[in-house]
Amino acid sequence: MSLPDGLRDAAASVAPIPRGEDGAPVFRAPWEAQAFAMTLALYERGLFTWPEWAAALAAEIKRAQAAGDPDDGSTYYLHWLSALERLAGEKGVASERELVERQAAWDRAARATPHGRPILLENDPEARR
Amino acid sequence: MTHAHHDHDHDHHHDHDHSELSPIELRVRALESILVEKGYVDPAAIDALVETYETKVGPRNGARVVAKAWADSDYRAWLLRDATAAIASLGFMGRQGEHMVAVENTPEEHNLVVCTLCSCYPWPVLGLPPVWYKSAPYRSRAVIDPRGVLAEFGVTLPATTRIRVWDSTAEMRYLVVPMRPEGTEGWSEEALADLVTRDSMIGTGLPLRPEQVVRS
Repeated sequence: MSLPDGLRDAAASVAPIPRGEDGAPVFRAPWEAQAFAMTLALYERGLFTWPEWAAALAAEIKRAQAAGDPDDGSTYYLHWLSALERLAGEKGVASERELVERQAAWDRAARATPHGRPILLENDPEARR
Repeated sequence: MTHAHHDHDHDHHHDHDHSELSPIELRVRALESILVEKGYVDPAAIDALVETYETKVGPRNGARVVAKAWADSDYRAWLLRDATAAIASLGFMGRQGEHMVAVENTPEEHNLVVCTLCSCYPWPVLGLPPVWYKSAPYRSRAVIDPRGVLAEFGVTLPATTRIRVWDSTAEMRYLVVPMRPEGTEGWSEEALADLVTRDSMIGTGLPLRPEQVVRS
């Protein structure tokens, strides 16, 4: 599946999305594909424009490079996710505090889930009903 | 039908009994669950997008493992005896150093792997999991009626072929070694690997036939 033009161009203006010979994006782990899909879904929902996305991604990559990022493509979706989190914060969708609290909830949920069972947020022992 | 379905409620417990998510997985889950809760994204839409774009199913290291097993009978024997070591010898490691077991399809027996929505799926070997693979209906139906589930995937096996269903456990992850397609005598491992689909390594599909691949 080729990329939507807007996304392809926006990303290309910053750092091109890793793609295979046939033009389809290559993900190195399931979470990368999820971060990618969330971005598309939020764009389709009208939360941001592709130029806004490009600016957010560029800012994250610049930040990472200043912090000694290997800059070899292996951390591409790490920057992608950081950009998405930051945009979500700027747009008032999810604050940093909400994200941090929710990450802790998922962590507790995972640890309370026997291996082989679905990890669900409800498994968090501190979850309030 | 032979059943190799393990119950996950082991009666022995040890340190690795619970699940764990990596910091990056926590971040993705946190963001997604908040977006879903607030109505910004629909989880089904996310799944559909993942499915659309995940045609490049990750490293597909398993395809090379299968191709080597087809081409090299010594390697095949090693893989079936000690898959963890045989797979590691090609430089592919699981995330948590999990044990891999290779199960071989034959005219008499077809293997089907089911999983739950956990971290069991060995994606460094098999590539990204299909979205439906994580769904509870698939898993329970595959256990109850594997032949029917396979038929829905377009895989019709002779009535004489037994179907074994394998469920990942904390200790074991499975790789199906499908039958080598006919008409591939003398093919290189690289060419053979192109025939090995992810679904064929889960057992929900068969490898491509030579005529389905454009050879360059």
